[in-house]
Amino acid sequence: MVEPLQQPERRNPLRRTRQPSLPPVGRSRAGMLLTRAAAEGRFALQRCDECGAFCYPAHDVCPGCLSTDLKLTDAPDGGTLVSETVVRVPADVYFRERAPWRIGMVKLDCGPTVIAHLHADCGEAEPVRMSLQLDKAGQAAAFARPAGDTANAADDRQWREMTASPKFRRVLVTNGRSAVGQATAAALVAAGAKVHVGIAEPWKPFEAGKALEACTVVPLDVTDERSVRDLAADIGGKVDILINTGEHTRPGGLIGRHGTATIMDELSQTYLGFVHLAQAFGPAMRARGADGIDSAAAWVNVFSVYALANWAAYGTTSAAEAACVSLSHCLRGELRAGGVRVVNLFTGPLDTEWFQTVPPPKVAPKAVAKAIVSALESGVEEVFVGDVAEDVRQRLEANPKALERDLGA
Amino acid sequence: MAKPASRRTPYDGVVITTPVTIPYQRYSIESAQWWIGRALRALADASGIAARDFDGFCLSSFTVGPDTAIGLTQHFGLSVRWLDTIPLGGASAIAALRRAARAVQAGDCDVVACVAGDTNHVDSFRRTLENFSRFAQDAVYPYGAGGANASFAMIARHYMKRFGVGREDLGRIAVAQRANALNNPHALMKTPLTVEQYMAARPIADPIHLYDCVMPCAGAEAFLVMREETAAAAGLKGAKILASIERHNARIDDVVQNHGGWVADIDDLYAMAGLRPDALDFVQTYDDYPVIVMMQLEDLGFCAKGEGAAFVRAHDLTIGGDFPHNTSGGQLSVGQAGAAGAYLGVTEAIRQVLGSAGPTQVAGARTGLASGFGMINYDRGLSSGAVIVSGDG
Amino acid sequence: MAAPDPLDFAAAIATGALRVVDLTATLTPDFPVIVLPPEFGQAAPVRIREISRYDGRGPGWYWNNITLGEHTGTHFDAPIHWYTGKDLPNNAVDTLPAEHMIAPACVIDCSGEAAADADFLLTRARVEAWEEEHGRIPRGHWVLLRTDWSKRSPRDYANLKEDGAHTPGPDAEVMKWLVEERGILGFGTETIGTDAGQASHFEPPHPAHHFLHGAGRYGLQCLCNLDRLPPTGAILITAPLKILNGSGSPLRVLAVTRP
Repeated sequence: MVEPLQQPERRNPLRRTRQPSLPPVGRSRAGMLLTRAAAEGRFALQRCDECGAFCYPAHDVCPGCLSTDLKLTDAPDGGTLVSETVVRVPADVYFRERAPWRIGMVKLDCGPTVIAHLHADCGEAEPVRMSLQLDKAGQAAAFARPAGDTANAADDRQWREMTASPKFRRVLVTNGRSAVGQATAAALVAAGAKVHVGIAEPWKPFEAGKALEACTVVPLDVTDERSVRDLAADIGGKVDILINTGEHTRPGGLIGRHGTATIMDELSQTYLGFVHLAQAFGPAMRARGADGIDSAAAWVNVFSVYALANWAAYGTTSAAEAACVSLSHCLRGELRAGGVRVVNLFTGPLDTEWFQTVPPPKVAPKAVAKAIVSALESGVEEVFVGDVAEDVRQRLEANPKALERDLGA
Repeated sequence: MAKPASRRTPYDGVVITTPVTIPYQRYSIESAQWWIGRALRALADASGIAARDFDGFCLSSFTVGPDTAIGLTQHFGLSVRWLDTIPLGGASAIAALRRAARAVQAGDCDVVACVAGDTNHVDSFRRTLENFSRFAQDAVYPYGAGGANASFAMIARHYMKRFGVGREDLGRIAVAQRANALNNPHALMKTPLTVEQYMAARPIADPIHLYDCVMPCAGAEAFLVMREETAAAAGLKGAKILASIERHNARIDDVVQNHGGWVADIDDLYAMAGLRPDALDFVQTYDDYPVIVMMQLEDLGFCAKGEGAAFVRAHDLTIGGDFPHNTSGGQLSVGQAGAAGAYLGVTEAIRQVLGSAGPTQVAGARTGLASGFGMINYDRGLSSGAVIVSGDG
Repeated sequence: MAAPDPLDFAAAIATGALRVVDLTATLTPDFPVIVLPPEFGQAAPVRIREISRYDGRGPGWYWNNITLGEHTGTHFDAPIHWYTGKDLPNNAVDTLPAEHMIAPACVIDCSGEAAADADFLLTRARVEAWEEEHGRIPRGHWVLLRTDWSKRSPRDYANLKEDGAHTPGPDAEVMKWLVEERGILGFGTETIGTDAGQASHFEPPHPAHHFLHGAGRYGLQCLCNLDRLPPTGAILITAPLKILNGSGSPLRVLAVTRP
């Protein structure tokens, strides 16, 4: 039985902020396969191509038939908790600070036995539902939850370590002028967050409207280093989740673009905007990764899926976003020291004016908002939103060259 | 149970001599090399055989890295014609004496110094855990297990539920060993332990409580293996090896470990020794946790699976009792000096059958068993071994 | 007549006999810029990036890199800015005659009308009324339209509505007349452009740009402190940056008047 999470008390200003510590980060090369699965929110294990056996922990060789053809394969997530313990005196700092910590042995329906973190409602000899989660170190960790639904399940203390739930967290949505920004702000309020929404160029007309009713609108122009720093000076110490919804899209390829003014704009809005935000908000977030229930938890980037595969019709926009994807990996490494995760959402064309002439399917801003909340609540790191994004993802894996030809046509 | 005749060559003509212990320290600023070197010197001093005349060297240590046995030959000025490093944790001593005995028996070398030693710096235990094994690194350590405690806690919980074992049953083992340890001047634990204290101890990883755990420390243990005539020429008393077994990664069908690997070879052990369990004068089990002791009592044939609790209730496990067990106090009361923990029961067993155990001596002991268990690679201990030794008292 | 001694001018300023009024708005990142439909290229706002500030990037000195458009902040429009002036000689900021950078100005105070009506338009009649009072506008003078617009908040200053900006400016007739009949050197405003906010709907569109630049004349915009100038008698110092083929330039606009 999980008690519902309570709104955290105000901090005692005389106490030092708890510094982030991380669970053990080391994993074998093969073990990192599971980190990939966890990042994508899949429960996948290695499976032997020859004998079909699943194996765990990560192997290089199948213990059944000595085959080296072990492929990461989605696995049935059912299992039974066969034993458990409450670790009260762990050896390393991260768990010592969080003790008592409950783990158990789960006999998977698909074969292997897994040592897993336990949700409080898991009972011995009872069925459990397994997932691979990214822990604070950003590595895969097996997590067992009860097979059925239980009350306040998401408020479980150990589960919350594996997610970046917006409940009771303070969120900054960077672009309140965009449809995605507005939908995201509203969805986060509904998920229990306190939301700040940034508005650039406040001298331009802006009606906050119903979507932002429960939010605090603040001036934020990501292209302006000073504007970003000024906002960070005000609220940087209490931004637990930052949602970078740049969304600066301009149609057009490269050769016909004629000069660089538009491209500079794109880089300024998209790339430098990201840089300014990271430099202004990153350090405090990294320092606050273990700061209680409303610790800093996540940085979310909303990218076009064409950041991963250039779509010539939006060629320079795609490139600016690709630069941001690269930068996000840098940021991910840097924020990991604080246990703060970087979530990248890749969307297909949005149902906005900038994709007006693009035929459907298009992604409704609300769908992006929903995916953001879901990613935070489930703790994944890579999300593809919409049919087009999923199509691009699959085709990138299947044949990136064919995708390149199609998108360049 | 059926007792097939062993087809294995007996360890005839080989003896184990000169058991030495370098008294343990909770923490040490010295290196593992320092501890191992002291043990080697003690072997030479006690045997009267110069170290340069040891022509075999067998080493076990967790903290000697980056060295292995070869590096230590140069460090210690040894020139040997037989060399081994045995990284089997709690099964290292059994494996060492088996290999050394066969090498000596075959004439590959004459005198093998078997040494296990580890240091314990303030942070070395945690470091050892971090780098223990690949599976542990991938699938145990990131769960806060912090070493063997959590894994053995899950094994213990499962075992206790399955066989109706209570904590107080396991407590009998720990309490009896503490009583034995009070006779051992080298034991780190020097105060009596009652069942009440055992039951009231703070939990570490349920159901493992404080007195279920060994205390990591620094120390070294060693013995020599040689032919009988070599021992006689040096004026050394030796213990004979009646039988020994080892087994690794056994019983893989146990979802949660209920058995050690002994169970696979126990018939062979007694058949080779030509005796039954009740003929033994004492038993030194590997006691990293009392629950593993109880499993050993079953798997080594002193009682049936599931009857371990009844067995310890029915017997007195102290030096003067009807089932003298871990007479030195075992790792639970002496301390666990890394790989030397594997040797502790073996050196004590040698002393017992040679009549040189002093304050922990079991009266009239001639034949006894020592066992080893180690390497919790992922969810279970993989290595196990046992030896039956005899001497003339 | 002997040439006047420039040192007399300097002395007059030093003693306060002449007063210098700064007509320039501070370059800040959040000052509005002209807004075009987003599919067009856009004027860059002011961006100031620190190179170093007595720190590891440069221990003993402070300096910035700045980016901004030619038409950002208080700025000068050269004839080449508009298609009507594209073929004129010396039509860019790097080639225009330096003598034009110091010239007298007439200030027409329409602050009352602009306060009442954001879409206030300066007409020929309004200028003629001003001439009744202050005399005919001489050739080669700047005409500055005072609206007190520079005193507004950034939002009211841009005053963007669904149908575009609503800010005061000249109508087409007065611009043609000022250029052709009065021979003015240029036209200056406090608003974002020399034209009114709704001037794209005029005939011709953007008449200030159309007529001024077509005749080789200049524009000044985003001026402030016009309320501190006399209707006549001030001279303006308006030296744009010497940008190769530049269409305009941010600049410091100074006025010199009697106290």
